[in-house]
Amino acid sequence: MKWLKRIGLALLVVLVGLQFIPARSNQNMEVSPASDFIKTNKVPEEVGHILRTSCYDCHSNNTDYPWYSSVQPVGWFLENHINKGKSELNLSEFGSWSIRKQKSKLKAMVSQVEKDEMPLSSYTLIHRNARLSRESKKALVDYLNALQDSL
Amino acid sequence: MKKTMILLYLALVSWGASAQTDHTKMNSSKADMPAMHTNTPAGMKDKPTTLPSIKVEHSLSVTAIIDNYLALKDALVEGNGKKASSSGKMLLDALEKFDLSSQGASKQLELKDILDDAKENAEHISENGGKMEHQREHFEILGSDIKDLIIITGSDRTLYQIYCPMYNNKKGGKWLSESIEIKNPFFGSKMLKCGNVQQEITVK
Repeated sequence: MKWLKRIGLALLVVLVGLQFIPARSNQNMEVSPASDFIKTNKVPEEVGHILRTSCYDCHSNNTDYPWYSSVQPVGWFLENHINKGKSELNLSEFGSWSIRKQKSKLKAMVSQVEKDEMPLSSYTLIHRNARLSRESKKALVDYLNALQDSL
Repeated sequence: MKKTMILLYLALVSWGASAQTDHTKMNSSKADMPAMHTNTPAGMKDKPTTLPSIKVEHSLSVTAIIDNYLALKDALVEGNGKKASSSGKMLLDALEKFDLSSQGASKQLELKDILDDAKENAEHISENGGKMEHQREHFEILGSDIKDLIIITGSDRTLYQIYCPMYNNKKGGKWLSESIEIKNPFFGSKMLKCGNVQQEITVK
């Protein structure tokens, strides 16, 4: 019993200690740069809203953080997750890419959304509002396809 | 299961239909394709005479890129994601070794865009050995990168562009092959013969 108490106490100390090592925040002062996907393509409001709620947290330079993101080690996990998402697709940089790259990325986005690979189920599990309804999925895919054809 | 049956049924029907259409229709473009499927019987060596053709310069600068692209295609035909992954890695290396400065200054900007895109696709393929459908998506995009690349740089061999109307929920997909014999890298053994030769890229 005494041992258990000691272990518990040690764990508590570690957990409290962890809180002093913050995760790096993915929030830029400049809210949306000129190369931002929604800005460059003058995305209609409906689709822009879908993108902001379901994609931008991990695929842009601005994450809308939940409160628990400041609790470690959850915050580190999120940081890692966001970095990975941005390295695959950073919508804040969309306008700075070549047309070829833009088209490739649009194609990849469409198939990820169509196959329900994105948004990630581990993300929508907590962010219930980020789930795509059938209508919003269609609106998003139709828009991305049309954009791809227009480029 | 139901989906598979429908697909099987469609494949059978279209096979029947294509067997009845004459072979001149093999060259028809995407827009006016009469049948969903056009079979090129294995061993049919005489190629259609009216095949649209692009002539490119002779060049050895892309040999390694083409070699590895074709190896990747063969791995996907086989349905071997691991092999596709290692071919993807080798293709990535070949793309990175391509000497941009050996090309004319006016071509460099576009070539860089093409190479960057191709590298990203090759990288995805190499990193997703366990997800063949994902590899195939990137392989499809890669096909047009490689084609656009050799139109600018030239090629060391004749290649054929083959089109499969069934791929990607019937949106269709293209790939390049060294032969007119159809072996479909998007479906592998599921629909090995789906595709028709659209274009020929020959060396001047």
